[in-house]
Amino acid sequence: MAATTVPRRSMTRSERHNQILGLLFISPWLIGFLFLAVIPLLASIYYSMTNYDFIREAQFIGLTNYRRLFTIDPDFWKVMYNTFYYVLIGVPIGAGMAFLIANLLNSDVKGRVIYRSIIYIPSIVPAVCTAMVWLFLLNTQYGAINGTLKSLEWPTIPFLSNPDMSKPSLIIIYIWTQGAAVVIFLAAIQDVPRSLYEAATVDGANAWHKFWNVTVPLTTPVILFNLIMGFITAFQEFTLPWLLTSGGPMKSTEFYVVNLYRNAFVQLSMGKASAMAWILFLIIIVFSLVLFATSARWVYYGGEK
Amino acid sequence: MTTVSQAAPVQVQPARAVPTKVRTSPLVQIAIYGLLFFLCFTWLFPLYWMVSTALKNDPQVYTIPPVWLPDPMFWNNFVDGWARYDFNTAAINSVFRYSLPVTVLTVISSYIVAYGFAKITWRGQGFFFGLCIATMMLPWQVTMVPLFIIFKNLGWINSPLYLPLTLPALFGHPYFIFLLRQFFRTIPEELSEAARIEGASEWTILWSIILPLSKPAVAVVVLFRFLWSWNDYLGPLIYLNKDDLYPLALGIWRLQRTATSTGNTALAYPHLMAVSTIVALPVIIAFILAQRTFIEGISLTGLKG
Repeated sequence: MAATTVPRRSMTRSERHNQILGLLFISPWLIGFLFLAVIPLLASIYYSMTNYDFIREAQFIGLTNYRRLFTIDPDFWKVMYNTFYYVLIGVPIGAGMAFLIANLLNSDVKGRVIYRSIIYIPSIVPAVCTAMVWLFLLNTQYGAINGTLKSLEWPTIPFLSNPDMSKPSLIIIYIWTQGAAVVIFLAAIQDVPRSLYEAATVDGANAWHKFWNVTVPLTTPVILFNLIMGFITAFQEFTLPWLLTSGGPMKSTEFYVVNLYRNAFVQLSMGKASAMAWILFLIIIVFSLVLFATSARWVYYGGEK
Repeated sequence: MTTVSQAAPVQVQPARAVPTKVRTSPLVQIAIYGLLFFLCFTWLFPLYWMVSTALKNDPQVYTIPPVWLPDPMFWNNFVDGWARYDFNTAAINSVFRYSLPVTVLTVISSYIVAYGFAKITWRGQGFFFGLCIATMMLPWQVTMVPLFIIFKNLGWINSPLYLPLTLPALFGHPYFIFLLRQFFRTIPEELSEAARIEGASEWTILWSIILPLSKPAVAVVVLFRFLWSWNDYLGPLIYLNKDDLYPLALGIWRLQRTATSTGNTALAYPHLMAVSTIVALPVIIAFILAQRTFIEGISLTGLKG
C-alpha cells in the first residue's frame, strides 16, 4: 500500500514501461473487479432501495426494505437467531475440535498420513453427496443411528424433524466437514520451532504446559485467520440446510442465505434480497473487525510486538 | 502461515515425523491411538454408510437393526441408479460445460495477473493487490442480485456455455492470484533479470522461465478450481433450469426430488447413495493420487474444500 505514497518524481523510461506492463498484466483482474464487483455493488445498493420482481419496473422506495425487515418482517429475526445460533456455536466448536485433532495428529504416531486423509476427505466430498448421505444416516426410522436405537428399544432421536434438534444436527455435519481446518492447524503446529519445545522440556514443562504455553500462543495467528474465514463461510451456509431440511422444520434451519435465496429466486423480491445481502455484508464486516480488534489481546505475532 | 522461502518452493512438510526423544508412557500411547481410531471410525462411518446403502435392496434398507454389511450385495444399483436420470448428460455437462472451461480460464487469467503483481515493479501495485485480497471478504450474495439481473438481460440463463459461471473465470480468481503471487515471490529474481538482459520480454519470461518452475502451484490451482466447480450446487441452481443442461450436482438433487418427495419410490435410497458414491469417487481418487498438492494448497492459503 505504501507504493502510492512515494513522493512523485518523473519516471525513467524503463519505469514507465514497467508501469504500463504491470497494469496490462493485472488488467484482466481490474476489468473483472470493475464489472463483477464495483458496479454490481453499487447496483445492489440501488436495488436494495427498490421494489423489483422482474415483471414490473424497479420502483424506488428508499429505505423501506430495511425498515420492513427490522420491524414487520415475520421471518427476519427468526432467521437472524438461527444464523447466529449456528455460527456462534458451530464455528468455535468446529475450530476447537479441528485444533485438538490436529494436535493429536502431531503426536508421535504411526500412519499419520492415513488419519489425516480420513479426516480431510469429507471436506472435499461434493456437498450434494454429503447432504444425501446424512439425510439417510439421520433418518428417524431407518437411519444408522435410529435404526440401532430402535432395535435396542430405546427412544429414537428426531435429528432433522424436530425444531430443537435440527440446528445441532447441522452443526454435527458441519464439524464432520472441517478436515481442511485440521490440515491447516497441523501445518501451523509443525511450523512451531522444535527448539521451543526442547527449551520447555529443559525447564521441566509437561505435555499440557507445552500445549498451552508453546503450541497455542504460536499458532494464534492461524487460529484467528481460521476463525474469521470460518465465520464468514458459516454466515453464508446454504447448500446443506437447503438440501437437508429446506429451512424446516418450522423454519428452525431457515438460515440467512437460505432465506435470502428464497426471497430472491422463489418470491422474486429482488429488492428485499439485496437489502438482506447488504445487512449480511455489514454483519460480516463488523464481526471480522471485532475479532481483529480483540486479536491484539490474544494473538501472538512473533517478535513484532 | 507457511511462507516458503527455500530454493525449491511450495514444499510443505508432508507430515514430517517428529523425532521426539521424550518417552511417552505406553498408557498415553494407547490413549492416543484409541482416540485416533475412534475419530477415524466416526469420520469414515458416513462414507461407509453411503457405499453400503448403495449395495442394498429395499428389504435390507428398511430393516431394524440396520444391515451393516449387505449380503448379498446389489452391484446393479450403480447401473440402475445412474440410468434413473440422464446422468451421462449431466456428467458431460459437469466436465465439458463447467469444470474444464472454468479451470482452464481461471488458471491462465490468475497466472497472468499474479505475475503482474509479483514480478513487475510498478506504482500502485500494493494498493491494487490489497483491493484484490479484500474482494475475498466480499460475500457473493451482495453482487448476486445485480449480476443475476445483468446475466438475465443478456439472455444467459440456461446458456449452453454456462456463461454466467464460466465468463467470470476470464478475470482471475483472488484466491489463486494470491496463491500464485506468493509462489512467484519465492522464485529468485536473478532468473528473470538474466533473461531480461538477454532481451527477453516479460511475456516470454512468464511462459518459458517462470511457468516450468511453477508447476506445483499451478497444479494446486487446477485441482481446487476443478474441485470447486465439480462440487458447485448453488451456481448452476441459480443460472440453469433446463434438465438437459444440469450438471451432476443438480442431477442428484433432481433424482432425490423425484425419488423421495412423495413417499419413497422403490430403491430410492440405494440408488441415491450409488449415484452419490459415483460422483464423490473422482474427488476421493484425485485426492489420493495428488495428496501432496492438496495438502500444500490448503496449508499455503487456507483453501477450503
